[in-house]
Amino acid sequence: MELINIEGTPKTPTVSMNPTTGVIEIKGRSIPENSIEFYKPIVDWLEEYNQGSAAKTVVNIQLEYFNTSSSKCILDVFKKLENLKKNQKDVLINWYYEEDDEDMLEAGEDYESIIKVPFKMIQIVD
Amino acid sequence: MSFFLNECYARMNQGEVIVAYKGSISADIISNTLSLVELKLEESLEQTGVKKKLYNVLVESLQNLFHHVDAINGVDNSENNYGVFVLAKQDQVFRISTGNFIRSDKSKILKEKIDKINSLSKEELKDFYKFVLNNQSFSEKGGGGLGLIDIARKTGNKLDYTFYDYSKEFDFFNLNVFINE
Repeated sequence: MELINIEGTPKTPTVSMNPTTGVIEIKGRSIPENSIEFYKPIVDWLEEYNQGSAAKTVVNIQLEYFNTSSSKCILDVFKKLENLKKNQKDVLINWYYEEDDEDMLEAGEDYESIIKVPFKMIQIVD
Repeated sequence: MSFFLNECYARMNQGEVIVAYKGSISADIISNTLSLVELKLEESLEQTGVKKKLYNVLVESLQNLFHHVDAINGVDNSENNYGVFVLAKQDQVFRISTGNFIRSDKSKILKEKIDKINSLSKEELKDFYKFVLNNQSFSEKGGGGLGLIDIARKTGNKLDYTFYDYSKEFDFFNLNVFINE
């Protein structure tokens, strides 16, 4: 399987996905008008990753902003991770939020209540 | 008819205006406006938390406008996708006003949706958001049906709106979103 490295733009996040180490990172901002196109390769990659994943998958989500169009795609990403978990794989989602960003913490808690994967809420202190 | 739009626009332009636009709504206009407002916010003395919330709600409001402008001919030199938006501050409250034409047959559904959102408590809004997030698919324009719910949740304020009868086929929809400083 290939590594994924997508460089961030003012509207889309930096993404890196490593099938060997099982480390997945989504960082920056995710505010494109239509997110489906951006997230499709990520969701497809996870689908394939499900066939032969690393023993442990750690997902770091560190978003500054994301719009509601992205929120659905992020849920799709998490649903793929839920499938991994169902296949008895170890999965952890680290959800980062800035100290003064309660909305981002709440967004993480929303996902945590929908998706059956362990979440860790991590506050970023400057 | 242009008189009516100018009236609406003038009313939106009350207070200390940070950015105001009327004309064709395109992806570029939205992106450029967001960059401009971000720069202006960086220079301002608002708390980071307020800046973040304001920017987030502005993204959602403008993208909502972008997804929902209905093409109407003959307005403002026949521009298609006509819409207006204003970001202003008055008495420690930021206001994002948007205006766009909507086919009259769609007004009722939109009105019902906003009334429903406005009737919900903080906890109910959270549940409604999660329900739509988990159960509703994308519209053909790429919207997820979550924009207004998200705006209501983040601002903690009711959505203020008016539908103006414009013609037999079209209404003009004005939405005002308030963000407390």
